Amino acid sequence: MWKWLHPYAKAEKAYQVCNTLMPYFAVVAVIGLIVGWTWGLAYAPADYQQKDSYRIIFIHVPSAILSMGAYTSMAITAFIAMVWQIRNAELAVIAIAPVGAAVAAIALITGAAWGKPMWGTWWVWDARLTTMLILLFLYIGVIALYHAFEDKGAAGRASCILAMVGVVNVPIIHYSVEWWNTLHQGSTITKFDGSAIDSSMLYPLLINILAFACLMAVIVLMRLKNEILEREKHRPWVRNLVSGGKNAV
Amino acid sequence: MKTHDSYWRLFSSIYKKDLTLAFRQRSEIINPVLFFIIVITLFPLGVGPEPNLLARMAPGIIWVAALLSTMLGLDKMFRDDYVDGTLEQMMLSPFPTSLTVLAKIAAHWTVTGLPLVLMTPMFALLLNLESEALTATLLTLLIGTPLLSLIGAIGAALTVGLQKGGVLLSLLVLPLYIPVLIFATSAIDAGAMSLDYSGQLAILGALLAGASVLAPFAVSSSLKVSVS
Amino acid sequence: MLKVDSICCVRQDRCLFEDLSFELHQGQIVQLEGQNGAGKTSLLRILAGFVRAESGKVMWQGVDIAKDNLQFACDTLYIGHKTGVNGQLTALENLAFWLETHGLETRQDLLDVLAQLGLVGLEDVPVRLLSAGQQRRVALARLWLNKAKLWMLDEPFTAVDKKGVVLLQQQFKKHLAQGGAIILTSHQDLTEHFPELSRLVLEYRF
Repeated sequence: MWKWLHPYAKAEKAYQVCNTLMPYFAVVAVIGLIVGWTWGLAYAPADYQQKDSYRIIFIHVPSAILSMGAYTSMAITAFIAMVWQIRNAELAVIAIAPVGAAVAAIALITGAAWGKPMWGTWWVWDARLTTMLILLFLYIGVIALYHAFEDKGAAGRASCILAMVGVVNVPIIHYSVEWWNTLHQGSTITKFDGSAIDSSMLYPLLINILAFACLMAVIVLMRLKNEILEREKHRPWVRNLVSGGKNAV
Repeated sequence: MKTHDSYWRLFSSIYKKDLTLAFRQRSEIINPVLFFIIVITLFPLGVGPEPNLLARMAPGIIWVAALLSTMLGLDKMFRDDYVDGTLEQMMLSPFPTSLTVLAKIAAHWTVTGLPLVLMTPMFALLLNLESEALTATLLTLLIGTPLLSLIGAIGAALTVGLQKGGVLLSLLVLPLYIPVLIFATSAIDAGAMSLDYSGQLAILGALLAGASVLAPFAVSSSLKVSVS
Repeated sequence: MLKVDSICCVRQDRCLFEDLSFELHQGQIVQLEGQNGAGKTSLLRILAGFVRAESGKVMWQGVDIAKDNLQFACDTLYIGHKTGVNGQLTALENLAFWLETHGLETRQDLLDVLAQLGLVGLEDVPVRLLSAGQQRRVALARLWLNKAKLWMLDEPFTAVDKKGVVLLQQQFKKHLAQGGAIILTSHQDLTEHFPELSRLVLEYRF
């Protein structure tokens, strides 16, 4: 594992890996979004209770799932960064945080928009909404902490610690809030056998989740590339890259 | 040298030093308590003096006031030691930093958390709280306030090196306080209805046990980042 | 004892030093010199293990200080710009606290040490009320109390008067004679003669 990971600890190598991976993710994201959205928004049958307004799940559910997923991956990256002292992993944490925050915000806004026709109110203090709101706060905390430090090395490590502390708390917060108050409809995707969701709705939803994940990966990789360049700007390889490899300084 | 004895000696000497310092600047002890009193006084003025309403809101009021007043002292927890260089000396001491940190957290709780627990019976009267609910309030505060100090210490350690750490500190720490708030207030609610609340207390206790094991490590690695 | 292996330090995108290597042996004293901002304090902080070098290693008795710093922590005394003296406590309390937190036994002769440093009669006054030089002396009293082999002193002579400077250097000599080593930064030259003195000059780089 270590032998395999080690070369990617070098900034230049990591930058190249980002470059190679990006197009694949980008292609899957674009195709997936086109197919998933057309299928979900235009062709999937309307829900017998919620009519067409349920179609917001094709945005809401992917972003809700992935905002959790992004937090977890951020915390895992943070763990790697702290244990093996890999600086690129620190940069990845910073690259993920704003993307995760944006997705959490999308989940909250679409959730509110869906709540208005369904529950008759924009906001209810329901468990999942509240967890999502707190998740957004945790993301904002990581971002704010990173920007508060002047020394970006220390900033990266501080954010890693906070991300790890946060991920220990997310399940506790989730269960405490759930136990506190639950109004939200139960989870529909995981119960495949119970067919809580019809397959004609499920497939476009899954495609959308995949496409969202790839889209986020593309954005994270772009941000990671920028962070690497920013951090390594005094290194010769960056200068080479910027000057097109012509006049190496 | 690395015996059980010398660990205890380290713990007690740091604990004593922090308490001595707190008693030399007494405002450090008195200010959070005064803040607690004033916040609790503001609520009846804000929502109206109806006894039933107050009794219903009392657990929430007491706990939110407790959260906010612990926040007051947090920023100071490592600040002085950071500024005068004691923190650097502690990092270069042969003892684990996490033990040092645990002693400082214990001192912080003694100075800010314990007075709140002792003052609560009085506020329970002001807020018209029943006696069953009062027992629950005291128990949750007794278990919950050390938890607040432990979690808060992580935020304090992360922001100690920053010029304007204060506001950021509350942004980092308050979301992490939410489970404590939820379990504590629901225990008090259950107590007020003469229901069994040992479950909530057990969860709080479990959180406290978990936090007292994990938080010192998080704090000491945060301090290492802040000192660098 | 201390081996520095091609370390490099970058601060605010400015490379302070690169590929710096040197060794420090028993009985040796090294004076770091250089302009303000040349990286003297940064180097000392790397050596003390507070900051990790961008690249390279610092070894103590053959072990990387980042790996196992227990032995290193026992063997090192660091006094920086921030002296670690609490202004609210008295000189005696400060020293006793320092001894306890460093696992050294409490000593009865603390007053004698303070007397040697000219702090008699001031041991019960909160340190913040003392003059800058006296506050420094309280911090430097640790030189008489520790069992460390390596001393790292960042500008130890700041605000200390001439008599104090002589006193400190006598203590340096004693430490070196006992097989210790010292690394210090100072803008003023040492007034006493040290046969084992070497200088390390850090150039200011852009």
